[in-house]
Amino acid sequence: MNDMNWTLSFERLLAAADVTVETLPPPSNNILLWQFSASDWQKLAEQARSYGLRWSAGWAIQEDNVFWVHALFEKQGIYLLTRSIIDYAKPELPSQSTVYPAANRSERHTQDMFGIKFTDHPDNRPWTRHKAWDRHDYPLRKDFAVQGRPEVITPPDTEYAFVKSYGAGTYEIPVGPVHAGIIEPGHFRFQAVGELILNLEERLGYVHKGVEKIAEGRNPEALARLAGRVSGDTTVGHCWAACMAMERAAKVDIPPRAALIRGILAERERIANHLGDIGAICNDVAFVFGQMQFTRLRENWLRTQAGIFGHRLLMDCVIPGGVKSDISAADCDAVKHDISRLRKELSDIITALDLNSSLEDRLYTAGYLSEDMAAAYGTVGYVGRASGQDFDVRRDAAYAPYDRVTVKVAMETQGDIASRLWIRYKEIMVSMKLIERFLGLLEPGDIVANWQVPEAGSLGLGIIDGWRGEIVSFVRFGADNLIDRFYPRDPSQLNWPALEKLVLNNIVPDFPVCNKSLNGSYSGNDL
Amino acid sequence: MLRLFKKILTTGIVTENIKPVSRTEQGREDELERMGVEVKRLIDRKFAGSIAIRQVDAGSCNGCELEIHALNNPYYDIERFGIHFVASPRHADVLLVTGPVSRHMQAALLRTYQATPDPKWVVAVGDCAACGGEFGESYACCGAVSNVIPVDAVISGCPPTPLALMKGVLGMIKR
Ligand code: SF4
Repeated sequence: MNDMNWTLSFERLLAAADVTVETLPPPSNNILLWQFSASDWQKLAEQARSYGLRWSAGWAIQEDNVFWVHALFEKQGIYLLTRSIIDYAKPELPSQSTVYPAANRSERHTQDMFGIKFTDHPDNRPWTRHKAWDRHDYPLRKDFAVQGRPEVITPPDTEYAFVKSYGAGTYEIPVGPVHAGIIEPGHFRFQAVGELILNLEERLGYVHKGVEKIAEGRNPEALARLAGRVSGDTTVGHCWAACMAMERAAKVDIPPRAALIRGILAERERIANHLGDIGAICNDVAFVFGQMQFTRLRENWLRTQAGIFGHRLLMDCVIPGGVKSDISAADCDAVKHDISRLRKELSDIITALDLNSSLEDRLYTAGYLSEDMAAAYGTVGYVGRASGQDFDVRRDAAYAPYDRVTVKVAMETQGDIASRLWIRYKEIMVSMKLIERFLGLLEPGDIVANWQVPEAGSLGLGIIDGWRGEIVSFVRFGADNLIDRFYPRDPSQLNWPALEKLVLNNIVPDFPVCNKSLNGSYSGNDL
Repeated sequence: MLRLFKKILTTGIVTENIKPVSRTEQGREDELERMGVEVKRLIDRKFAGSIAIRQVDAGSCNGCELEIHALNNPYYDIERFGIHFVASPRHADVLLVTGPVSRHMQAALLRTYQATPDPKWVVAVGDCAACGGEFGESYACCGAVSNVIPVDAVISGCPPTPLALMKGVLGMIKR
């Protein structure tokens, strides 16, 4: 156990580099809170990078006449929350994205939403803002009314300065925001020579719904409902992370039975999505057998969920303090039966997939993401794990109920589409085992704790492993049990930039399957 | 290859005649089955055998998309009624619109609507599209789809189940 050790030596390292640290009371037991002066913000990032810390999330809050800007780092399952306080009148801070590419879009989001300028930022184009609000308005400032001042028809953003390519034979393909399939909107711009992709630029933000702004003033139940709609495919994940953040802020411990049921819900969500994704990857390379089989398995799985939990996608099953409904002994049997059926079916189908040479031909070596790239962009979940990034919140920063079981983290190192497919399969197998373990640990008891109204100003950070990877949810309460600030960081935010890299030197027709193998959430990214 | 055929054969046909979910729903479900046959006839007559749907995500959380996707799985197989999803609004008879119309998608939604040839129908799918849902109207969202383009039918639910979607679409064509 090297537990808290690295934070001590990191503190010494910072001192040696002349960076002053002010340690503040930790928001929870595996998260430290350190404060830095604005002038040290970039130096902090440099030291953190050289010390091997992973950049995980960044967000700001407004407190009267100052902004608190946060950056969250992680190493060996210990989280370090850093903060710098800057003046409302001169909101400037050195950028960390010169050191951590992962911070790039996050800082641009903070710039658009708060009007905070990150000096020396390598790319200060807007990111989340298109034309729904003026460039001198900042929706997350307290004086910005939630209704804003929108035009009758918000014009499309035609001014965004895309990267251009010059030279004989190169051409551009703009795609979206409305795509050909049943898929979320976003814009992709390709530069290609012949069929080969030379460059891809993503432009997201089309489904920005003002989640952070409309969260303000909600009570815990209403925030949980909203969090469950940050990204519909991750409704359990986001709802859990937000509830965990609120529970930590309010110092509420959830009953063991509730934690186990949350675990079952989250693992079921992981399996449902992985089944759908494997089917969709097969579809994108015209392997209809795989698509039909996996969408069938997914449908079976969702029907059980509707029967037991009352919702096919498990929306609103997690509530502040616990879970909405209990599961009976008969339900447990149904869950077990479901698992043994899925195991049996998978053993048939997976061998058929594995032996299929046309599938092999399309998926192996395509969409390659190197380990270095995966690390540089801080990719998480199956995208990171398929490229050797051995991290899983469930194992490395275990929370209830995962602290009661051993979580085996599936790994691949090849970094191609095939790896991202096989890792999903392996994760399904692990999740089924986990659900069985959780069922075995269930004992009679409460499923929801009594709520305690937190003091105004209480902070909470919920960090869990959703099916796409690490989800970070930050909550700050105001007076009367009402939310003052909510920031959810979907894993997609870290994984999207990797898509721009992994498609390079692939052919344009392979873009859909490359994209599906990563399967970022647009909604979770755009907020 | 043999394994593949074996699996196909042992799986058989799972496509359902929209079977009753529970006994109490029996009456309603039978009605749906009848409606399906009726609609198929209608589509055959009026639309030369098929009707084309273009789905537009105008700010959804992606939950509605997951269930719309499910319509194509072998259980529901919506194509058997002559209903299929197309890649371009120019080929579409029906637009299925989801989401609380984010302002960043407003212009794109209007353009998609204009690009769809007349006669056309618009179905607002999900609570967000019906009334703004959990997101409502704000600096970032226009709210209900009907605030932006004319809507012919609404299918509520968060998200609506594939069954509700099928009923909604079939019901609209029947009108
Ligand atoms: S209706 Fe529900 S599932 Fe559909 S987009 Fe809105 S929040 Fe998501």
